[in-house]
Amino acid sequence: MARRLHRFTQAWICRDSFDSDAQSPLSTSRTVSPFLMARLRGLVFILAALPALRLVLWPVFELAGANPVEFVTRSSGTWSLVMLCATLALTPLRRLTGWPHWIRLRRMLGLYTFFYASLHLLTWVWLDQWFDLQAMGRDLLDRPFIAVGAAAFVLLCPLALTSSDAMIRRLGRRWGVLHRIVYLIAVLAILHYAWHKAGKNDYSEVMVYALVVIGLLGVRGWAWWGRRNRETPSSARVRR
Amino acid sequence: MLIRLNDPSAPLGSEITPARAYLNRRQVLGALTGGAASLAASPQAALASGAASASAPQPATRSILRGDDPKAQRLDARPSDLSTIERPTSYKWVTTYNNFYELGTDKDDPARQAHRLRVRPWTIEVDGEVNRPRRFDIEELLKLAPLEERIYRMRCVEGWSMVIPWIGFPLAELIRRVEPTGKAKYLEFITLADPKQMPGLRSSVIDWPYTEGLRLDEAMHPLTLLGVGLYGQVLPNQNGAPIRLVVPWKYGFKSSKSLVRIRFTEQQPVTSWMKSSPSEYGFFSNVNPGVDHPRWSQASERRIGEDGFLTRKRPTLMFNGYGAQVASLYAGMDLSRFI
Repeated sequence: MARRLHRFTQAWICRDSFDSDAQSPLSTSRTVSPFLMARLRGLVFILAALPALRLVLWPVFELAGANPVEFVTRSSGTWSLVMLCATLALTPLRRLTGWPHWIRLRRMLGLYTFFYASLHLLTWVWLDQWFDLQAMGRDLLDRPFIAVGAAAFVLLCPLALTSSDAMIRRLGRRWGVLHRIVYLIAVLAILHYAWHKAGKNDYSEVMVYALVVIGLLGVRGWAWWGRRNRETPSSARVRR
Repeated sequence: MLIRLNDPSAPLGSEITPARAYLNRRQVLGALTGGAASLAASPQAALASGAASASAPQPATRSILRGDDPKAQRLDARPSDLSTIERPTSYKWVTTYNNFYELGTDKDDPARQAHRLRVRPWTIEVDGEVNRPRRFDIEELLKLAPLEERIYRMRCVEGWSMVIPWIGFPLAELIRRVEPTGKAKYLEFITLADPKQMPGLRSSVIDWPYTEGLRLDEAMHPLTLLGVGLYGQVLPNQNGAPIRLVVPWKYGFKSSKSLVRIRFTEQQPVTSWMKSSPSEYGFFSNVNPGVDHPRWSQASERRIGEDGFLTRKRPTLMFNGYGAQVASLYAGMDLSRFI
């Protein structure tokens, strides 16, 4: 029973890995040694933590330049977006390489997205606004770019809260539906970034991230479209 | 004529230490301690000599503040009573953290690309509604009027500020020499736009060349400078060499860098920023804590190098604290509308 439950959980984490190309997650999950997977996870964990380490150390050693608060704000914002893109890249990467185990890094990178977004929000609340509730309220109402960023963070919270194995089991099929919110979050994050850059009239960096997100979402749209066209006749057959 | 308004929050004139006395405080203290050590009998004499050096009319002396660049040419300048006594932002931040879009849009770009700018030979064309239009050579401009050191606050529209010891002379000195006609109401300032020297011109952030403007009375105001140096040295390229505008009561972008042309006009010029971001600021762009930028509040600012990582931002002052000198220029104008 315990083994079945474990398989079931794996199946949900790797949901995409079997419902698109009729490939059993169990047959493939046996092809990687747990040791190698732990190594890979450890490496990604350390790499993803480096920007945070830099964020803490640079202001302390005054390497963050003339305006350390601006540095921390921008760096935490940029890295939330990078982590979000990395999270979204795992499914296409799995399809591209045919190696299904990329998916097993997804939860960690998703939680890193939440971590950097929390730092970004904390920088605003603390270092920029100094807990001035009135000023923050005014900012939220008057400035769409702040409202959009806040909305993206609020939507990120339920995803982080439902990332545990227990929650995945408990939510069952609804878990996958809930976590599709991440596509909306990606769009909001790009909007937030672009709006913030509007003053400099310089969208070159925003365009890079926007193209990555468009690509990552586009790949899914394309796959979904292909699946739909393939599945329609087969499901019709089943019904008959 | 200057009309000084009674600002109840402003300190009384008698409470303020004159800038040059403050800046000479080390000499005063040195004289005091030196006197005390060698001639304990006559501290009064030491005091008297200190006081004399502080209050005597100052000849053109070398400026007190020095930059860090040993290669930069030094400039002689006399101190000015229009200087603030606030602590100047370090030379390092003044010269490595600024906006100069012609050299790139990141704040460390200007310093990194500065070597590309050729500041000699250099001329400024002064034309339009003037009786004596002409072209000034930079060497002539450097000798046009006695150079002064003016320590001014600088408030960037992005919400940060600095205190910068500029070297320069009042723009009014140049204006007088070209004799504006009765039609001249505005000045248009045009910055160099040479793609060979300025990599930032490749981006279409702004409709180059960078163009700014002032009303004639703003340009004639004694606070308005043509800056040719900072920290006792010639202007570093990234700060707008060889000659730039300094208007301390307006957001920093009004102070155009690397000027090549000044045109006197009857109509209000359309500035680069009015063209590219019409929703943000208008022609005046006076520092005003009551008028928000569309994307952030202007009520407070972070002083670079001074307000640390865990410091609350300081309140921004109307006209960047120069209200007593410049508020009269805008008497009767609704400054929430004329932004």
